[in-house]
Amino acid sequence: MISSRRLFLKQTSVAGTAAVALGAGLLTPHALLAEWNEAAFKEKDVDAAIKAMTGSSSSEESDKIHIKAPDIAENGGVVPVSVTSDLEGVTDILILAPNNPVPMVAAFSLGEGAEAFARTNIKMGKTGDVVAVVKAGDKTYTARKAVKVTIGGCGG
Amino acid sequence: MAKSSIKLRAKVKDDVVEVKALIKHPMESGNRKDKKTGEAIPAHFITEVMCEHGGKTRLSASLSGGVSKNPYVSFKFKGGASGDPITMNWKDNKGGSDSVEAKIK
Repeated sequence: MISSRRLFLKQTSVAGTAAVALGAGLLTPHALLAEWNEAAFKEKDVDAAIKAMTGSSSSEESDKIHIKAPDIAENGGVVPVSVTSDLEGVTDILILAPNNPVPMVAAFSLGEGAEAFARTNIKMGKTGDVVAVVKAGDKTYTARKAVKVTIGGCGG
Repeated sequence: MAKSSIKLRAKVKDDVVEVKALIKHPMESGNRKDKKTGEAIPAHFITEVMCEHGGKTRLSASLSGGVSKNPYVSFKFKGGASGDPITMNWKDNKGGSDSVEAKIK
């Protein structure tokens, strides 16, 4: 995972008190865990969020990424999504929901020996696509799948 | 010690270890409002989940408030054997954390 420190600091300073409170915890050095990429998780634009997370601005559609998600989600609060890929050398798998207030939902950074597979449950506020981004080598690949949500998951 | 918030299962099948974890956490996105008072419910969600085995980081995942309450995380890796210890830990945006150790089945 690549994060720009400059961008991170810049965004933290403008995003107001909530972000500062968040940032305080994030700036504590910890040796083992990768730094949570706040910039990517605040970005409202899908492409920009992908770029903030992977450092790559262009990605191509790939049919070697397989998204397993329901066609119709009765409960937007729990939408099971699994992503697998036939691509070689996959290092990162990102799951995004472009129609959510924050499109970047989860980012899996695969360690040594890890297979190109990730599964989790996500929230979807309304009907829309689930976008999977796979980083393999220096390139990023994307795939999407439409999910119809009958009850929203972000509440309000 | 209190019961861990993480339920961790790891199973070997055809040389591949499948790890499944269920974590107890509210995962508040910060976008919701209290229906009675109208006040915003502050964000409280897991930001990082990490899984280690054999001295190696097998997965480090970043999550957001867009992941469902009591998140489920699953992944697979090669190089594990039955009986090996495997650990998982998480951190949230409020400084909370927890960890658990299990054995691969």
